[in-house]
Amino acid sequence: MRECKIVSRKFDLKNSFTLTVSQAHGGYKTLKKLKEYSPVEIIHIIKDANLRGKGGGGAPVAGKWELMPQDQEHDKPSFLAVNCDESEPGTFKDRQIISKDPHLLIEGILITCYAIGAKHAYIYIRGEYHQYQKILQAAIDEAYEAGLLDACDITIHRGAGAYICGEKSALLESMEGKRGHPRLKPKQKEPEWYFGHPTLVNNVETISTVPFIVENGADAYRAYGTEQSPGTLLFAMSGHVEKPGVYEAEFGTSMMEYINHYGGGIKNGKRLKALIPGGVSCGVLTAEEVENLTLDYEALRSIGSSLGTGGMIIMDEDTCMVSVLKNILEFYHEESCGQCTPCREGTGWVDKLVGKILDKRGSKEDIDKLLEVADTMNGKTICVFAPSVSKVIVSFIERFRDEFEEAL
Amino acid sequence: MSFTFSNENLLKIEALKKRYPSPKALTLPCLWMVEYQEGYISMDAIEEIAIHTDTPPMEVYRVATFYTMFHLEPQDKRTVQVCKTLSCKLCGSDEILAHLNKKDLNIVHAECLGSCGTAPVMQIDDVNYENLTIENVDEILKALK
Ligand SMILES: Cc1cc2nc3c(=O)[nH]c(=O)nc-3n(C[C@H](O)[C@H](O)[C@H](O)COP(=O)(O)O)c2cc1C
Ligand code: SF4
Ligand code: FES
Repeated sequence: MRECKIVSRKFDLKNSFTLTVSQAHGGYKTLKKLKEYSPVEIIHIIKDANLRGKGGGGAPVAGKWELMPQDQEHDKPSFLAVNCDESEPGTFKDRQIISKDPHLLIEGILITCYAIGAKHAYIYIRGEYHQYQKILQAAIDEAYEAGLLDACDITIHRGAGAYICGEKSALLESMEGKRGHPRLKPKQKEPEWYFGHPTLVNNVETISTVPFIVENGADAYRAYGTEQSPGTLLFAMSGHVEKPGVYEAEFGTSMMEYINHYGGGIKNGKRLKALIPGGVSCGVLTAEEVENLTLDYEALRSIGSSLGTGGMIIMDEDTCMVSVLKNILEFYHEESCGQCTPCREGTGWVDKLVGKILDKRGSKEDIDKLLEVADTMNGKTICVFAPSVSKVIVSFIERFRDEFEEAL
Repeated sequence: MSFTFSNENLLKIEALKKRYPSPKALTLPCLWMVEYQEGYISMDAIEEIAIHTDTPPMEVYRVATFYTMFHLEPQDKRTVQVCKTLSCKLCGSDEILAHLNKKDLNIVHAECLGSCGTAPVMQIDDVNYENLTIENVDEILKALK
């Protein structure tokens, strides 16, 4: 398997989080080069590289950047909001960036702000990451002292424990000092808005990939990965695997090869039973489905799943799938923001139903009822949280129905 | 019990106001300041935040109750957040929880703490303790006392 380190290049260096070490290894080199390009040219490079958002959706990044007003005379200044909410269970990659190479993120922010004409970037970080926030803040302070932030301010904004604030419009509501309630989606394509200012929301890893592309060109990025999913991702493994952790790999890598090569295989020599590909919201896959699967957006979509954040949760042959689903539904029940009735009520209902089945108090009708409630949660809500819950439930029942029936 | 921000926090608030397009954005930063200054968020503190953020007190209260990390009452015991989400559960968080529940602590069941690769995990005073076992949990708690 080809080693490719684009974002994680400096991770293993001693004191990699300091400005000195960063600059000794090429950090901030692109800032000089930046002057050779106009903002529009930077956006073109990102477009040619076909960089896709690494926060879970995989949407083309340049498309979102192009929505930002290009005329700098615009009466309302634009903003960048960097999404470091990282709350999708099984996902712990952004944390590696902010604690091991925060200057890479800062460099990416400076390039991005230049490209979209923003003078201030906010980093929205989940409240539970305070220990890593301190490392990031120290790096920002260093950058201020070194005069690197003369053209652009960076402010960290701390969340306080709410999964839904990772959704981009909820994130901005939260940054505005409100409850983290997702907003209704506009009909046409437009930027996000922060106090009425055009605002771009991108994930930490997305922004941290930008310096490599600007420094080495779009082709250098496309040299990795597949035609439609170019480049690399900080894939991760947790659960029943020998060596869990975050290891960067190119898109299109064989999933099992990745797990065996970096993860050292399934824990205690057991057999793989099931796997959740990229955070719990992706739905579950069986060992057979995973056998010949590759790690890219298209391959996962072709089997009705999604790549998500690339954080794989691995389950061995002894795992009880009913209790796994119960665990996931407890998470959703806890984290629904409560705005939409099907989501607020539905998450509680399905959690209770699977609890009943797990306690061996369930009946066949409960499985049907579970699917029925799941159906009502799909497609009638403000954000995709509820439809994800629905999809997850269906993925479990479709693949492990016998286990649910045995538990009755 | 009345509430006033410490001088240090008042300075922070003034500095932060320059960094946001609206004082309302200071709601979460102010709530955090109160949480650290007092250990919890009282109704008096909410009224004080309302003045600084130019927001009705009821709205500040609504916000404070939305986010799980703010305490609205004084805490008499040490709070330990234990992750109970999937990767931690697969790696034995149930045993850690059962063990911790026997102690005189305020145990909070947390959702994924972003340490899934080093599960199971708990968080105490903003620090994650990873790769927990019954033995090292006891050592960690002893060292903190
Ligand atoms: C329920 C929900 C939770 C999300 N959580 C996160 C998150 O924690 N981090 C993140 O970067 N994106 C998250 N997203 C995706 C964001 O809405 C947004 O698409 C992303 O931050 C855009 O950045 P990207 O294009 O660089 O990926 C979430 C989306 C939903 C619907
Ligand atoms: S679907 Fe759920 S999480 Fe999303 S806005 Fe509605 S209630 Fe909130
Ligand atoms: S599941 Fe426990 S830290 Fe992620």
